[in-house]
Amino acid sequence: MTSFLEGLFANTFWSAAIKVVAAFALLVANTLILVWFERRVVAFMQNRIGPNRAGPFGILQTLADGLKLFFKEQITPRKVELGIYLMAPMAAMVPAFLIFLVIPFGAPITIGETTVTLQGTDLNVGLLFILAMSSLAVYSIVLAGWSSGSKYPLLGGVRATAQMISYEAAMGLAIVPVVVLAAVTLGEGGVGAMSLARIVELQQGSFRWLIPGWFVFWLLPSFLIFFVSAVAETNRAPFDLVEAESEIVGGYHTEYSGIRFALFFLAEYVNMFNVSAIAVTLFLGGWLGPDLGLPSGLAWVMPIFWFFLKTYALLFVFVWLRATLPRLRYDQLMSFGWKVMIPLSIGWLVLFSVVMALNTFGWPFDVPEWFPWA
Amino acid sequence: MDWGDWLSNSQNILFVVIALLMVAAAVRVVTSPNVVHAALMLVLALGGSAALFLMLGAEFVAWALVLVYIGAVIVLFLFGIMITRAPTGRDPVRLDHERRWPAALVALATFATLASASVAAFEDEAIEGGVSSTGDLGDVLFSRFVIPFEAVSFVLLAALIGGIVLARKDPG
Repeated sequence: MTSFLEGLFANTFWSAAIKVVAAFALLVANTLILVWFERRVVAFMQNRIGPNRAGPFGILQTLADGLKLFFKEQITPRKVELGIYLMAPMAAMVPAFLIFLVIPFGAPITIGETTVTLQGTDLNVGLLFILAMSSLAVYSIVLAGWSSGSKYPLLGGVRATAQMISYEAAMGLAIVPVVVLAAVTLGEGGVGAMSLARIVELQQGSFRWLIPGWFVFWLLPSFLIFFVSAVAETNRAPFDLVEAESEIVGGYHTEYSGIRFALFFLAEYVNMFNVSAIAVTLFLGGWLGPDLGLPSGLAWVMPIFWFFLKTYALLFVFVWLRATLPRLRYDQLMSFGWKVMIPLSIGWLVLFSVVMALNTFGWPFDVPEWFPWA
Repeated sequence: MDWGDWLSNSQNILFVVIALLMVAAAVRVVTSPNVVHAALMLVLALGGSAALFLMLGAEFVAWALVLVYIGAVIVLFLFGIMITRAPTGRDPVRLDHERRWPAALVALATFATLASASVAAFEDEAIEGGVSSTGDLGDVLFSRFVIPFEAVSFVLLAALIGGIVLARKDPG
């Protein structure tokens, strides 16, 4: 059995095929749990019980809903632009699933003499790939809004474009300090500073006393900016004007039903999981964590456990925000994005880069002992 | 050059497929009567050029191209179309221009100039020591090509200021 697995993973083609199928299955199964998790947590926050009938604690509720959506009629309005209308839900899925392929969700496993990384592939420019893919996500919403041939989807599409472009800028700027820090820590011209596997490795060890060496302790402003932009980027409350049901019915997916609607829904939850996983990888040490002295045969379980624990901690914040905060007004959203988030991230980027440059080239005065960035 | 040998290399076949796709998409950009379809065809053409960069091993340039051109510039095109040309779904106004033949001539002449210039300069010699890694790219950009780089950003700044001037409503 072991030698069979080893042979399978030593073959590039089969290893890639297994990873892709596994990533797909993992994301879909994770969405089933995430939707249930959200409904239960929101229910408890609102003093309700939430779905509790299908399966233990109602955990099969999403599966039931998903199956129902599969078999529902798919209504196609007469005025749609058919090709693009059908393409939009798929365009939502593809970038969402591709992003996950570069995120390492566990320590590399050694089977025999083959090392299997728990990551689709480790791109040299993984971070840039993530930014590129998340910038493609806006297409599905724009095209869905435009091709539906009706006014509410169009309004949703216009809102989505403006919102996602604005917050993408802040998100990209929040990632740059991570690359700077990784490059400075790596030295040697910073080769590999955009690879996610390297960024996780760099966060090993401890920062001070018992505090782990996660980047969040150096880059707290970046982490906060990244997380807020991520909430906006995934169109979640309080930034869910794109599908504000009290104003524009369902926004871009008003004219979609059945499985086509389900694909949009799936993409939204996969994106939510992805941005949380990226935040964990960049700032919270990824899969790093104590191994709690498990026997060596089971040691590979702990990194995966830590990764999912941290990711679900951030997803809990997503749900918490949705249950707590009212929706922003459109002008508030725009002025917050352009007048608060982007200036803050540029200011922090300049400040941090100057400090890192001084660390590299020498300070003009003595740095006090307590200063953690030196 | 032996074409049979050339085509037996799988990379060359991939190149031909991508290049033909790009040419077809580029032709559709200018012939499509629907402005949104034209923009989507432009996405296909740019995606093809990103794929060519990937084939050359220039990952950074390829993904930067996807991020900037496909992910931002064309999205802004679509945004502009949606807030200015209100018709949704099938566009009743066919996109056309009466001076399309002179435009085609200019485009063809530009292509001929660029193609003959690059053929005259390099012919079929392989370029060694090209810049592909991200670090090298940064070094070259901020040393040898720093003046053109700054000039380009100056042009962008001018365009930005121009945009603000056009959009301002206050008199005087």
